[in-house]
Amino acid sequence: MTTLAETAPGALQVTDRKSARAFVDTHIVPYADAYDRQGRVPEELLERMTAAGLWAPFLPRETGGGGMDLVTLGEVHEEVGRGCSSVRSLLTVHTMVSWAVQRWGSPAQREQWVPALGRGDVLAAFCLSEPGAGSDASGIATNVVEKNGGWVLNGVKKWITNGQRADLFLVFARTATSIGAFLVPRDSPGVEVTPIEDMLGTRASMIAEISFRDVALGPDALLGPSGFTAGMVLTGTLDLGRYSVATGSVGIIQAALEACAAYASRRTVGGSLLKDLPLIQAKLSDMVTDARAARLLVAEAGRLKDAGEASTIMATWVAKYFASTAAARHASEAVQIHGANGCGHDYPVARLYRDAKVMEIIEGSNEIQRITIASQAEREII
Amino acid sequence: MSGNAKEQILDFVRARYPQAEIDETQDIFALGFVNSLFAMELVMFIEKTFEVTIPNDELKIDNFRSANTMAELVDRLSPARV
Ligand SMILES: Cc1cc2nc3c(=O)[nH]c(=O)nc-3n(C[C@H](O)[C@H](O)[C@H](O)COP(=O)(O)OP(=O)(O)OC[C@H]3O[C@@H](n4cnc5c(N)ncnc54)[C@H](O)[C@@H]3O)c2cc1C
Repeated sequence: MTTLAETAPGALQVTDRKSARAFVDTHIVPYADAYDRQGRVPEELLERMTAAGLWAPFLPRETGGGGMDLVTLGEVHEEVGRGCSSVRSLLTVHTMVSWAVQRWGSPAQREQWVPALGRGDVLAAFCLSEPGAGSDASGIATNVVEKNGGWVLNGVKKWITNGQRADLFLVFARTATSIGAFLVPRDSPGVEVTPIEDMLGTRASMIAEISFRDVALGPDALLGPSGFTAGMVLTGTLDLGRYSVATGSVGIIQAALEACAAYASRRTVGGSLLKDLPLIQAKLSDMVTDARAARLLVAEAGRLKDAGEASTIMATWVAKYFASTAAARHASEAVQIHGANGCGHDYPVARLYRDAKVMEIIEGSNEIQRITIASQAEREII
Repeated sequence: MSGNAKEQILDFVRARYPQAEIDETQDIFALGFVNSLFAMELVMFIEKTFEVTIPNDELKIDNFRSANTMAELVDRLSPARV
């Protein structure tokens, strides 16, 4: 099959916020509500993203990547999140897996997967949650046993973003001694994908339940160290996912703000424009302020990542907590400002409202974020 | 090098857990507060501070038990000094 990436070599390359904004305004914003209704992102957009180099531009240049720093990556994900949280979710999980393979993979694993992940020829999904375990990762029941020098995988993963479409799954499973991360190609015998439709939010993110029945894997399926540090593969990968969700949440606030600023400048109530009513102004001012504050927290987390500072992990928790709760608050107020129009299909704010709720649940729910941040509170004593 | 490394590692661990009494031989895992978040922070701290990359086969629990073993790891991974 000839792809857009091949037929459109001169397509706009996304290298920074400005080019991401142009890409999103052209190829995503006009269609995001339709994706939401159809419950999927069309293949054509996935190919456009490939042509634009959007999938994993942070991978090092020597692997064929763009070597993009993480502050810029955050800005790009914010822009995509402004356009459509479902598309941003696809980017998030692909980013997580691509980073994990680059960071923890053996030379052979990197050679096999990284260039293809970087180009977007192989799309990836992250498989941790199960019907019986979400927040508590140590409760997962999916397991592997060593057999004939390789592994046999059994279990069920649920709520897997892009599970319907991804070619490669990073699956967390219980080993004899700990939890390990395993690279499982979708076409492995024993893998079964069941779409989950009609979600509340990020409805187009092609979520699936994936079952693994006696899936035989080679010895090279295990990613990264085993033993005590295996948990670090999970921690590091979730950290980057959390960062991406935080940026996407900033995008939701920005989208709510832009929609409300436009609507309040047109809509009159009792002879006054909405934007001239003090109670509406209060909502708009809080959106402006929180968008800026959230963006700064995210940028700080990104800067610490680029510097390799350990404190980025905590900074990312704080940024995601602030940005996701602010997104939920402001998306709700955005519906309020639009009145009945906010509840219908003609404006994007109903979608933002549903998508924002998801941000408070994924990559560490609000409750887990608060528990984690509180447990580190003594570090803040200065 | 390792004396200095030991001190820097101890400072890092103490700053994270000010309530714990930790010396260079103390098994930090035995204290029960090492979770995967802290393990990740520790690895990032060591890589950044001492400009080393810890390969997967060195990511073993015994290398991270105490400031002493971590300083030895840093020594092993640092380019030889003339
Ligand atoms: C749209 C969407 C996409 C997703 N995509 C993925 C994906 O790609 N890959 C993947 O692996 N997973 C995915 N998930 C799953 C997601 O990671 C989990 O939903 C999340 O981790 C929470 O787990 P849970 O739903 O099982 O809730 P539970 O863990 O059952 O928690 C239920 C409630 O209890 C709260 N709670 C939990 N522990 C405590 C505590 N100690 N104190 C107080 N309250 C607590 C939680 O915050 C939550 O509010 C997705 C979920 C959604 C909704």
